[in-house]
This record gives sequence, structure tokens and C-alpha cells, in this order.
Amino acid sequence: MSQADLIHIVQPDDITERRKRIGRLLIRGSFALLVVVVGLQLLQALGYIDLGFENWQPAMFTWIFWCVSLCVGQVLIRGEQGKRILFVLPSALFVISLTIIPLLLGVAIAFSDWNLSSPGGPSFAGLGNIERMLSDAFYWNALTNMVWYTLAVIVEYAIAFGLAMLLSLQIRARRFFRVAFLLPLMLSPVAVSWMIGKSMLEFRFGPISQLARALGWEDPAFFATPELARITMGVLDAWIFIPFMMIMLLAGLQALPTEVIEAARVDGASAWQTFRKVIFPLMIPVSLTAIIVRIIFKLKLADIVINITAGGPGGSTDTVTSFIFREYRDRSNVGYGTLLAIFYLVIIIIGLTLLIRGLGRWMRPYT
Amino acid sequence: MTAQGMPQRNPGAIFRGSDDDLTYRARWYTSRVVIYGLLIGWAVVCIFPIFWTITTSFKQAPDVMQSNLIPFLDFEPAWLGWRSLGLSPETIGADSTVRDQFLARFTNSAIVSVSASALAVFLGSLTGYGLSRFGYQFGPLRNADIGFFFISQLILPPVVLALPFLVFYSELALLDTHIGLILLYTLTVMPIVIWIMRDQFMSIPSELEEAALVDGQGVWGAFARIIMPIALPGMIAAFVIALVLTWNEYFFAALLTSTDTITLPVMVASQTGSQGISWWTMAAISFAAILPLIVVGILLERFIVRGMSAGAVK
Repeated sequence: MSQADLIHIVQPDDITERRKRIGRLLIRGSFALLVVVVGLQLLQALGYIDLGFENWQPAMFTWIFWCVSLCVGQVLIRGEQGKRILFVLPSALFVISLTIIPLLLGVAIAFSDWNLSSPGGPSFAGLGNIERMLSDAFYWNALTNMVWYTLAVIVEYAIAFGLAMLLSLQIRARRFFRVAFLLPLMLSPVAVSWMIGKSMLEFRFGPISQLARALGWEDPAFFATPELARITMGVLDAWIFIPFMMIMLLAGLQALPTEVIEAARVDGASAWQTFRKVIFPLMIPVSLTAIIVRIIFKLKLADIVINITAGGPGGSTDTVTSFIFREYRDRSNVGYGTLLAIFYLVIIIIGLTLLIRGLGRWMRPYT
Repeated sequence: MTAQGMPQRNPGAIFRGSDDDLTYRARWYTSRVVIYGLLIGWAVVCIFPIFWTITTSFKQAPDVMQSNLIPFLDFEPAWLGWRSLGLSPETIGADSTVRDQFLARFTNSAIVSVSASALAVFLGSLTGYGLSRFGYQFGPLRNADIGFFFISQLILPPVVLALPFLVFYSELALLDTHIGLILLYTLTVMPIVIWIMRDQFMSIPSELEEAALVDGQGVWGAFARIIMPIALPGMIAAFVIALVLTWNEYFFAALLTSTDTITLPVMVASQTGSQGISWWTMAAISFAAILPLIVVGILLERFIVRGMSAGAVK
């Protein structure tokens, strides 16, 4: 991302030594308090002493106090410069508190044998969960399904591009069409699961089933065979998310330099040639951004699968997320489920890094 | 309708009624028919499910089974679906536990999604502004790295955080509380908000605050008085997009809420699962769940478009 013009003005500030000392004292003092409270809670958790803590909230509050002190201390010690730091520091602390700690916790859980419904607590499992994962055919099946779901993004992209082209033409009632095309994205996927997945596709009375019958398909069962079920699910997800790519592509189309397109017309290029040789190449960076962001959202696909098919028939529509959801919901397997999730995250990070590296030179304006 | 907007492609033969003119016109009209056909076709694809849900909530059993479509013409609307929610004209005055329960879920959704979006826009705007204006260095990390750190959170699939959060929150006694859900939702929409806001602030020239800073204003004053008013449309855009994502969120809510803070999507999902539930009731619940965002979408469409276009164009 290109860097905007930074502000380099240095504002004069005279900060007394006393103020600086107070700032440092505040930060160090609150940190010492945090260490003491966490230490005491740890001692209780390990069973050495009983101080009567019911949960880890005392540690949480001292952590919050330390974060606030850190922020206030910056202003006390550095004055105006500290105020600049405060634009970023609170969010950074917030994100670190809520991702790094749970992620570390997650790694610890992933290597434990922990079933919430069994009486014993967590116990260290070593590589047991990994061995189990390697032989878990349903998990690998869910991962394979994700590949198919992700490949479907290309089809969604083609449709979204077509719709964006239509909306960028000189048409009447443009605002109406734009709002109408945007609506599916506004709808709760869970509500859509019922509205379309359960009622409109219903075998006997659903309007889509009836339309399919009228068109000559005698037995319109949309979730009967594995392939068909996966396609239906893909179409439903596409219906929800096409507007997202469409809007990004539309923004790209509207920002195209009109002179270039006019020049192509004047030179006698046909509409198809103009698209193929001028518009499409200019749209490549926007397209890649839209596709990558869409893939990121696609990898989180779960709501409609959980609510329409619960992964069936035979795991053919399962996504990784819906699989782990059931692993937890039906079998309370916290340890194993977390390992599967973390393994999935590692695959995603590697895959997306490779993808972005590979596409990097086509995305030059954006990186 | 005159041929308004019709491009004059063939300036040599624009005589009215000439052969060239006639074939050209015919082609122009065919292309219009195709364009509007496609537009209307897709609009039907987008709107029909919503129409279907609204009308089904007014149907009775025979109407559902005969797949009657158009109210008043095909079938006589009845308040069946809404009566079962306690929201029909006859039942609206009377006490109804179903309605109370539904309204409680609705309120939970509203509290959580509005607070989380507001918090995310507050923190995200500050961060976006800071990253677009000041040079930071935390250890080896500079602005680009810090920005990447925030935005890369977007790739974290919810499922990775879900089970650790379940353990984390149960230790902190935050399970099934509003505040717990708000913090988590804020976390999930922060990357998008920061992406949008950084883009917005970068498009505002920094000379504006430089002048204020030289005049002796502090950075906070300059931000609040000069930049915030200009960036307000961007902040609304970020807020609306965060609202859409948090209002519709199901996965975390299903795992982290149990009794007091169940949100609307969880309620809809629990009804979908039960077999005996009637179509009209389901339709009424679904429609009530999507209505707020349909209104938001229609009224604030240009903000949504603005927010989603951020980062697409430079």
C-alpha cells in the first residue's frame, strides 16, 4: 500500500522530569501489580495455595489497568509525541490481548486430549491429535470440499464482472438496480438458509423445485447426490456474496480512464475488442484484490452449511468450519477440534502467501 | 423514448430513414432489450426470495401446499405467521411469551452489533488516522508492517478463535455476556474498519492539519475538529459494513451464548432445526430478522458502496 504524505511537524513540548518520573512509575507499578496478581492466580491454579479466586477476572482487570497505564504513561512521558502514539496503541493492545493470548491458549489446547463431556480435565496428548487428524477421512474430505468451494470463486467473479459491466452502462433506474443487486449481501445467512435452502428448494412445494419440474426435471432433489448438493451450496453462497465482488469491480470500472476507452473506439475497435484488450487488462489489479478478499471470506463459509445440510449427504457439503463446529457441538472434543482449526489456519496462511506472492507482479499498483 | 444516449458511431450516414440508420437503430434497440432483460432478470433473482418470505408469512397451510404466490390474487393473506409471534393486530395488545422472547433476542442483537460496530469504528478510525499520518516504529515494525498486522487479522477463520475463546471466556466469566460478545465482534470487524478508514484518511490531504498544528493546536484537537468532519462519510460507511457483519454473525454467537444473550441468528437457526415448525412462523421470524438490514441497505446503499470500494481503486 502506498504511503500517504506523513506529517513531520515536531511540536515543542517541555516535560518536567517529575512528570516523566510519574509516567514511568505508573507503567512499572501497574506492571508489577499485574505480575503479582497473575502469579498468585497461577499458584492457585497449580494447586499450591488457595486464595479463593473464582475465576481469572482479577488478572483480567489488572491486565486492563496495565494497558490503560501504558497509554496514559506515553502521554506523561512523551507529551505530544505520546499523543501520536495513542492513535495506534489502544487498537494494538486490544488486538494483541484478544488474538495472541487466545491463539497461544489454542496451541496449548491443540496438543491436549480434552473432551468437555468426560469427567477428567485436559491431559497432554503430545502428537496424538496429529496422528488422529492424519487418519481422519472426514477432515480431509472437508479440506477437499474447500478446494472446490474456493475454485467456484472464479465463476462468481465472472458473473460479478458481468453485472458490474451492466451497472456501469448508461441505464435508467440505476440506483434501483444497484440496491436490488446489493440486497442479498445484507441478509443474514442463517435466514437465507431457511428462506432458500429449506423452503424455496423444498421438494414438494418450493417454488424453485416447481420451476425445475415445469422445465422438465422430474425429480428436483437439490441435495440428493453429493455433487449436486455441493453445487447447490456453492450457488447459494455465490448468491449471497456476488454483490460484494460486484461493488468492488464496479468501483474499478468507474475509475477507468475514459480517454483510453474512447481512443480504442475511435481506432475502430469492436466492443469485444475494447473489452478484451483495454478494459480487462486495466481491471486486473482490482479483480485480483476482489478475488483474494472473496477467497478469504469463502474460507470462512459455514453458516449456511451448518443450517441447511449439516455437512450432508455423507460429508459432501462439509466445510472445515462446519466440520469442526459439529466436532465440538456433538462430541465436545475441544482439544482435537482446536488442532484441526490451527492446522487449517496454517494451510490458509501458506496458501494465501503463495497466492499473493504469485499474483504480486500483476497487482503492482496495490502492493 | 427517444434514442437518448445513443452513440453516433457512423457519422457518414445519419440521414433519417437511410438503410444504415435503420439497421443501426435495430441493433441499438436489441442491445437495450438484452441489457434490460439481464438487469431485470438478475433483480428478480435477488428480490424474489425476500418477496417469497414476506408473502409466506401471510399464508395458511393450503396456500403453502398449493404454492400460491401472489397475495390477494392467488390467496387471501392471513396473519397466521405473525400471530404465532404475537405481532399480529389482534395479539399485539395481549401478553405473549413468544413475543417477549423474540424481542429479547432482537434487543440482544441490536445491543451487540451496534456497540461492537461503534467500538470498532472508534478504535479503527484512530488507528487508520495514525497510520496514514505519523511515522511509527515499534521495534523493527514500521507503518506498513503495523498496518499489515491489523489487516492480516482478516484471514483468521472464526473457527480458529472459537474454541480457545470458549475456554478463555469461561475462565474470565465472560461466556453468555453482552460485553464478551461485543469484544469478540469488535475484534472480527476491526481489520475491515481499519482498511476502510486508512483509505479514507489517505485521500484527505495532510496540509489541512499541518496548518492547524503550526497554529499551535494539539494532534487530538486537529483530528477532532478538522479531520473527523471530513472523514465522517467514511466512518458511516465503515460503521454500516461492520453492522451488517455483526448483525448477521452466527458462528460465535452459537458457541458463546446460551440463555441470556442469544442473538437473532441463533434463534432463527434453532427454529430451523426443529421439525414441526410451520412455514408461516419461520417466514415471519426470518423476515423480522432480515428487515432491519434491508432498511439499512435501501437507505444507506451509497455508504455501503463507498465502504466496499475502499482499497479497490487508487
